Amino acid sequence: MPINLLNPNLWVDKYSDYLYNYTIVRVNNHEIAQDLISETFLAGLKSKDNFKGEATERTWLISILKRKIIDHYRKINSNKGKAEIRVTYSDGESEGDWLEERISDPYDKTAEDTMENEELGMAIFGCLEGLAEKQAAIFRKKTIDGIDTETICNEYNITPSNLWVIIHRARKAMADCLEKSWF
Amino acid sequence: MSGEKLVLVEFMSFKLECDKANHICDKNQYKEATFREKVRLIFHLIYCRACRKYTARNNKLTKLIKTPDVKTVSAEDKSILKERLQKETTE
Repeated sequence: MPINLLNPNLWVDKYSDYLYNYTIVRVNNHEIAQDLISETFLAGLKSKDNFKGEATERTWLISILKRKIIDHYRKINSNKGKAEIRVTYSDGESEGDWLEERISDPYDKTAEDTMENEELGMAIFGCLEGLAEKQAAIFRKKTIDGIDTETICNEYNITPSNLWVIIHRARKAMADCLEKSWF
Repeated sequence: MSGEKLVLVEFMSFKLECDKANHICDKNQYKEATFREKVRLIFHLIYCRACRKYTARNNKLTKLIKTPDVKTVSAEDKSILKERLQKETTE
């Protein structure tokens, strides 16, 4: 098994979107999500010596983030002076003892919708990570940020036909990847 | 006779190779294909199964990414995150 290394300098660019999609459906507040991600990165930085390299960087960060989200709910719960409710649960992905860990957002969607959308956001950014760095960056700029062709070409010093080839390859790879995890 | 030839020539210039068709399809995902290109693409898709498949997948990808539930962290927020992280590393 290859040893995974940590590279904190790239964390924000590589994982913040992925972590944000994970967090926002759980806390439903932009500011809080932002803070939690920031705390996660800091905690990761502090305990980076404990990282054994068995999991990928992303898995490791998600596991920290999970703790942070739980802590967040514990905190607001005790602020209100409410009792915590203990329920033991375990399913495929997670297990634990506290109802707070399972709080779903009170949006007017069904639980199923929320779950699907949460997976979609994460699936997209998960796939984006699999692309070559330059390809991913250009695809992101063009598709998600909606920056026009000329600006991107100038930034990377490439011709429009170069750009379209990169976009084409990226779209193909993304479709392949999402087909496995999402379609 | 020459009329037939003319139609043939026009048809050949109108006909698309698959890689060109895919290129137009890519452009169309960003609403950058011209009307003429779109018509050519549609005619190509009538008889080209592979490109129909590619187009369907490409459209699906665009639709998925456009879903409002796919959230992104804005550039400003990212730089805030980076700053916080930077501060911690230097301390």
